[in-house]
Amino acid sequence: MISLQSYLIVSAIVFILGIITILYKKNAVGILMGVELILNSVNLNFVAFAKYIDTHINGQLVAIFIIILAASEAAVALAIILNLYRDRANIDVTKVDQMKN
Amino acid sequence: MEAKELLFLFIALATIVSAGLVAFSNKLIHSAFALLAALVGFAAFYVFLSADFLAVTQVVIYVGGILILILFGVMMTHRIYDTTLKTIHNPLILSILSGTAVAVVLALIIFRSPWAPVINKSFAPTTNAIGAEILTNYLLPFELISVLLLGVLIGAVFLARTEEHKK
Repeated sequence: MISLQSYLIVSAIVFILGIITILYKKNAVGILMGVELILNSVNLNFVAFAKYIDTHINGQLVAIFIIILAASEAAVALAIILNLYRDRANIDVTKVDQMKN
Repeated sequence: MEAKELLFLFIALATIVSAGLVAFSNKLIHSAFALLAALVGFAAFYVFLSADFLAVTQVVIYVGGILILILFGVMMTHRIYDTTLKTIHNPLILSILSGTAVAVVLALIIFRSPWAPVINKSFAPTTNAIGAEILTNYLLPFELISVLLLGVLIGAVFLARTEEHKK
């Protein structure tokens, strides 16, 4: 029998890799990939809790809403990234600092 | 039972390795294809957790939608001969250190907290229950997310328009 903790461990490892992706990449699309990894690991937690310690399926419903939010977030983020690329022909997030000072 | 655990171990390893490739691969296109493997691995986990509807949703929306969008973004924003931009990263040691800090907190939470007793649930189809729940208890979030999707649709089209059409 696979325990609840094994799912939590896998999801924690993927969550950490997502955080490392966000901090390590300078490319905006790479950062978006890290966000997707994090959202997926959170989803896995919700579904595991729905299976193991919930009498109902509330976790799965929350996971569905998270998937919808992730899809809309990716669409808007890519629209912004494409606009950025058209403006200055590169999508390095450390170079986009006009509003800094 | 033994075969099931072996399969779980294999899927877990494949998912973690591809997530690591997403994080540490130098070429963005490799990261995108590793993300594909990781997302399929998560769909397999949902099958293990008897979430049939969610597994199919994962494949259709993530692999069929979001990943295609990301690949589209990678290919639109990268010149093929552009090698200098690909390999620029932030300092690796800082990222690893922050990741380790989060790992310590998560490990403490997972191993120290007293989880509620495990319920033994049978494998049963969930589509019926999800449909009933969305139209009763989760009706407000469902309506809100419909409005949000409409806003995202209009906003993404507005943002991605070319300059000359704007006033």
